[in-house]
Amino acid sequence: MAPKVGLFIPCYIDQLYPQVGIATLKILEHFGVDVEYPESQTCCGQPMANTGCTNEVGPLAKRFVDIFKGYDAVVCPSGSCVSMVKHHYAEYFSDNAEYEELKAKTYEFCDYLTNILEVKTLSGRFPHKVGLHQSCHGLRELRLASSSEIMGPPFGNVRELLESIEGVELSQLQRPDECCGFGGTFAVSEEAVSCMMGEDRVHDHEQAGTEVLTALDMSCLMHLDGIIRRQKKPIRVMHISEILVECL
Amino acid sequence: MTTSKEDILNQLRSQSVPPTDLPDLQSIELASQWIRYEDPAEQFAETLASVGGLCVRVKNVDEINQRLSELTAYQEASQVCSQIAGCGQPNVSIPDITDPHDFENIDFAILPGEFGVAENGAVWITNEGGPARTLYFLAQHVALLVPASDIVNNMHQAYQKLEFAENSFGTFMSGPSKTADIEQSLVIGAHGARSLTVFLVEEAF
Amino acid sequence: MPSHPKLAAEFVKNKDRAHWHDESLWFVRSKRDKAARQIPEWELLREQASKIKMHTISHLPDLLEEFERNATARGVQVHWARNATEHNEIVHGLLKKHDVTRVVKSKSMLTEECHLNPYLERHGIEIIDTDLGERIVQMQNMPPSHIVMPAIHMKKEEIGELFHEQLGTEKGATDPQYLAEAARQHLRQKFIEAEAGITGVNFAIAETGGFVVCTNEGNADLGTSLNKLHIACMGIEKLIPRAGDLSVFLRLLARSATGQPITTYSSHFHGPAPGAEMHIVLLDNGRSEISGSDEFRRSLNCIRCAACMNTCPVYRRSGGYSYSNTVPGPIGSILGPAKDPKANATLPFACSLCGSCTDVCPVKIDLHHQLLTWRKEIRVKGFLPVSKRISMKMMSWLMQAPRMYRFVGKMARSIVPYLPRFMLYNRMNDWGKQRELPIIPKQSFREWMKQNHDDK
Repeated sequence: MAPKVGLFIPCYIDQLYPQVGIATLKILEHFGVDVEYPESQTCCGQPMANTGCTNEVGPLAKRFVDIFKGYDAVVCPSGSCVSMVKHHYAEYFSDNAEYEELKAKTYEFCDYLTNILEVKTLSGRFPHKVGLHQSCHGLRELRLASSSEIMGPPFGNVRELLESIEGVELSQLQRPDECCGFGGTFAVSEEAVSCMMGEDRVHDHEQAGTEVLTALDMSCLMHLDGIIRRQKKPIRVMHISEILVECL
Repeated sequence: MTTSKEDILNQLRSQSVPPTDLPDLQSIELASQWIRYEDPAEQFAETLASVGGLCVRVKNVDEINQRLSELTAYQEASQVCSQIAGCGQPNVSIPDITDPHDFENIDFAILPGEFGVAENGAVWITNEGGPARTLYFLAQHVALLVPASDIVNNMHQAYQKLEFAENSFGTFMSGPSKTADIEQSLVIGAHGARSLTVFLVEEAF
Repeated sequence: MPSHPKLAAEFVKNKDRAHWHDESLWFVRSKRDKAARQIPEWELLREQASKIKMHTISHLPDLLEEFERNATARGVQVHWARNATEHNEIVHGLLKKHDVTRVVKSKSMLTEECHLNPYLERHGIEIIDTDLGERIVQMQNMPPSHIVMPAIHMKKEEIGELFHEQLGTEKGATDPQYLAEAARQHLRQKFIEAEAGITGVNFAIAETGGFVVCTNEGNADLGTSLNKLHIACMGIEKLIPRAGDLSVFLRLLARSATGQPITTYSSHFHGPAPGAEMHIVLLDNGRSEISGSDEFRRSLNCIRCAACMNTCPVYRRSGGYSYSNTVPGPIGSILGPAKDPKANATLPFACSLCGSCTDVCPVKIDLHHQLLTWRKEIRVKGFLPVSKRISMKMMSWLMQAPRMYRFVGKMARSIVPYLPRFMLYNRMNDWGKQRELPIIPKQSFREWMKQNHDDK
């Protein structure tokens, strides 16, 4: 029997980027996963947690575990929200077996795709120069790829998956894993630095000839896209699932 | 009234800090992973060059004297002192000096080094506390003599050689004095030596 | 009260300069990467360094006593200071006892923390910082903007002008070689004249009673070998148990800081020279309190290499002064609030939580997680702005009510696309100053699912 996967769609993707959720769903179903979308889900609580308002997170964390505990796996197209659940929920659950179990079976979408479903390549074409933005939480919290600070052999399933797709050429960036400057409420409370960071990322992709800018996290892309559209740069922004769904 | 010392120690002791273990840096498990080089002396020379120093491999003191005469800094030096018998042509006698300030105008100092470290081009120098200690830093140019056989691979091996049983002063010196405090531009010769030459000497000196 | 966002925005306003600052520090970070890559056991070293420091902190009172015992046996006089005031009084007392009026000091962030310079100057003592970068900012009457490269924020033209005014260099001269040579002459004179030398301490060794000071310029050695009084000032967390532990730290320190394999001079002091005096001042100043905190204890691992600053995308673009704290950057944003959470309430938020600092830290301080924890503390202590507090309360409430959440989303989707631009992009909207808002979709994912998927 196919595993039953609970699809965790972060609140801002639900409200602002439905196409990302749809692409994720289609890809999972394409590979034979039995996907269910629990209706009552809302937000993992990360914005409150990152602002220090942990009192406001507790109830959301408990809701989250209640909603998703029954699935074989929980899959989410956002490294940042997965990292919230996996790494920052512990303080709301002391010695809670349900949480520990859920934590172990919660996956970022590409992680699930490449490591659990073992998808190594896709048959379609995507004839574009693609710039892969390494979203920080996927990189340095979930360790989905090697970060430039840590000394060791390089790795990264998403990069490999993209490289394996016909027509994809990856951009060579000057700073391969610098933060885009979104950072949740940081984007607003430190607006000046946040926008300069975003602009610098966009410039790096511009010099590298990026046509399509992608990432594991739509939040980084929302910020970068906001700058790209304001400055009318010829770069298209797509979540990784939107690229992959075109290559099925 | 309690003293500051008692207060600080009491404050520290009043807290429950879970004790953790100290790693054994000489254990096989760790020591086998510390970097080693096929030719430590060669690596030493290379690293020293990368930090702005010059490594010269020589047979004996005679050869050093010849090589010294080829060094511009040595040729131009008007005040020279040497702590190694027969090495260089000193015109300031170190034992005669009791106040380190008198070394102020030394242009070139020839001094002993104990051993070198391949991974970082450092030479361990030590001094019992006489005024000559200043020379390593105050002389405009410094040459060190190090036995060629005494090059260790890494800092772990270096510390195995050090004891600190006596009151003493010791420094790892890696290249000439330098600064990059003005717009990241590397300038050799900040306050200390403007140049550092290390002679790796094969024969005893 | 200083606010990081405000000061950062001012720094960023000069885009060229902010870019130049960012590039300068990125260059240092790149040099660090290159140096670390040459050591295959780099990550193993970081692990050992962290373990040694954690062990030290967990045995700190015993190790401090061991250190005092061994140092005293070597003729070093050990002093204890609870806080900055006591520290400054001790140092001043020693100088006074020896009738010292001219002192040279090598770089010590601890004496910056204690504001020792103005204290001694008030008492009629000339104190000259001898690290070139620190001397430059001292001439300007400013604190360091970076703990390893104190004048990293200054352009050579500005330094040239400063030197022209104070050291008489040629007007308009900006060549670093020329300027550094002028500083050499100036400072050599100060070394010769000085009656005492003050240094910081990079590491103090419990088992030997000795301590180590690292410099590239040789200024700590020149400052202490030409006179009879050496005063070394250290925080109690600078201790390590064994001399052999230095092998780990000296391998990591300079590589992490500047990409050098080791600092030019790593000087080991084990007792005074004959006829001279050596003193060590051990300073607490809040450190013992940090050691009691499970969340923040690891911050005492810090060896002040500044790698976290060099890699921090915020620090690089906002400059050291935007932190208004002796130590800026990620580690400063942890240490600052520990000292004064109200005054430093914005520092833990001056961070995008990218985690680069944590990965680059040679002693494995979980910097970005500690910053996150500090945000919580700031909230608990009541220093979070009301606007943030209320909006997060409302958001949490909304997210606990899925039907209301759906309704609000639907309303927004039906209204926002029809609003005139000025209502969306105005002074109230910090997001929209330099960024477009997302294009509002016709339906949410959930609505799409209802229409297209629920039949399955």
